[in-house]
Amino acid sequence: MTIVPVRHPWRWVASVVILIFVAMLVNTLLFSHVVRGGVREGRFQWGVVGHYLFVTPVLRGIEVTLELTVIAMIAGVVIGILLAVMRLSPSRLLSGAAWVYIWFFRGTPVLVQLFFWYLGIAYLYQHLTLGVPFGPALVTFNSNTLITTFVAGALGLSFNEGAYMAEIVRAGIISVDEGQSEAAASLGMSKRQMLRRIILPQAMRVIIPPTGNETISMLKTTSLVSTIAVVDLFQATQSIASTTYQVVPLLMVASLWYLLFTSIMTIGQYYVERYYARGSARQLPPTPLQRLRQALRRTPSTPVPALVTDTSIHHEGAM
Amino acid sequence: MTVPADTRPMVEARGVHKAYGRLEVLKGIDMTVGRGEVLCLIGPSGSGKSTFLRCINHLEKIDGGELCVDGELVGYREVGNRLYELKDREVCAKRAEIGMVFQRFNLFPHMSVLDNVTSGPVWVRRAASGASKDRARDLLARVGLADKVSSYPNQLSGGQQQRVAIARALAMDPKLMLFDEPTSALDPELVGDVLDVMRDLANEGMTMIVVTHEMGFAREVGDTAVFMDGGVVIEQGDPTQVLTDPKHERTRSFLAKVL
Repeated sequence: MTIVPVRHPWRWVASVVILIFVAMLVNTLLFSHVVRGGVREGRFQWGVVGHYLFVTPVLRGIEVTLELTVIAMIAGVVIGILLAVMRLSPSRLLSGAAWVYIWFFRGTPVLVQLFFWYLGIAYLYQHLTLGVPFGPALVTFNSNTLITTFVAGALGLSFNEGAYMAEIVRAGIISVDEGQSEAAASLGMSKRQMLRRIILPQAMRVIIPPTGNETISMLKTTSLVSTIAVVDLFQATQSIASTTYQVVPLLMVASLWYLLFTSIMTIGQYYVERYYARGSARQLPPTPLQRLRQALRRTPSTPVPALVTDTSIHHEGAM
Repeated sequence: MTVPADTRPMVEARGVHKAYGRLEVLKGIDMTVGRGEVLCLIGPSGSGKSTFLRCINHLEKIDGGELCVDGELVGYREVGNRLYELKDREVCAKRAEIGMVFQRFNLFPHMSVLDNVTSGPVWVRRAASGASKDRARDLLARVGLADKVSSYPNQLSGGQQQRVAIARALAMDPKLMLFDEPTSALDPELVGDVLDVMRDLANEGMTMIVVTHEMGFAREVGDTAVFMDGGVVIEQGDPTQVLTDPKHERTRSFLAKVL
């Protein structure tokens, strides 16, 4: 008897439609031409894009963008953990203070906050002073020299990110079973040991995925600092465009770089998540690389019986 | 005036009260547990057995009465006629001397079995990692899990997890072990292994307070059985007497339901 598998006609239709779209996309990206100012040239001007991809101002802009992302995320995570612990504290004052912080920084747009750090601080406080509250001053700074545009950008992004990270960390801490802190307490662990050794490592499983999203989001949000005169990746491409009038190719330069870095982060996030999933999934699924290696090993001529491949997957996972 | 340390009871409770808001959970518990004694706490759920157990290592704060472990007040220091609440650090030091085993095991899932057992000695006592590991391997062998050293908790059965939890508590060399329904979350065929480990421990002279529904264990291993209901001790005494010939009607009706 022959077995007739179920047919999926709509799958075929959908595939054909998608293939047509892909063909159109490839065509318009690579092969179509257009006449601009009497000159016939490639629609997307890949040559121009390629030319500006690695020019020094763009590379310097990338440096600033990455620096801002790293600074804002590290500061954000530190502020977030601190605020999350404060919010979960039995002290009303501590949890209230954390609540007010989160309320304020989540309740105003980050663009407005950036302008506040850039313009507001120097306007409200011409001098910043380190000293005894209501008492003598030890050191005094001029606000305009202390808070450069880069510092204003870093401060704005960090304080804003702290508010979001606080909620993410808090959700992670709450997700850990109460029995864990009881068991840790019964062994005589202090609150700090409990948090660092028992609660946070387990909370990580809940904290990591949204933090990865936050990091990817932050990389793109840094482009807002171009509005307060920081020369980041976006501002660098914009200023080239303003002199060469090749606006669209330079937008593509910026986009390609942003895409590259978000892709790298996505891969990184995948492996970090795997690391913190240890102990929660009995057997982790193989990574794409491991699957590729298995597939390569399996291809040679004779097909391997299903049972044997199954065990080989197990061994791979166990390593 | 001072009683010699080795004849002093391990746990002494006098009129212990505990309330959550308006709900009174413990309404004056008197209990004495001698050194090397195995005391089994039985009673219906909600009777306050677990709460009382948790008061002993200060996981819960008592609202009234007096609770002493090894001759020292739980959670307070008596100076003159004042009670000073203990600092967090002092509470931790006291807890480190009392082992506790939970109904739902509460092993640390992100750590291997070996790391679970060494966590107390290494982090709390700051013991050398090598020596702690050797000790942990011995303890795991004692509970029959020598081959599970590098496993993670969720790769083990419930019974195995609970035995790891016992080894983890023993790694701190406790002077008192508290068991909070240690076999209630286990499949019936896994209960025996855990009870065997507890029986060995009792035979070695460990002071134990066991909240349990295992009447066979209470009768065989227990030195004392205490029946609690509604936040008070209804009756206590020799386990065989309490479990087979109870004096109180409440005890009798409870036993009729569980046996």
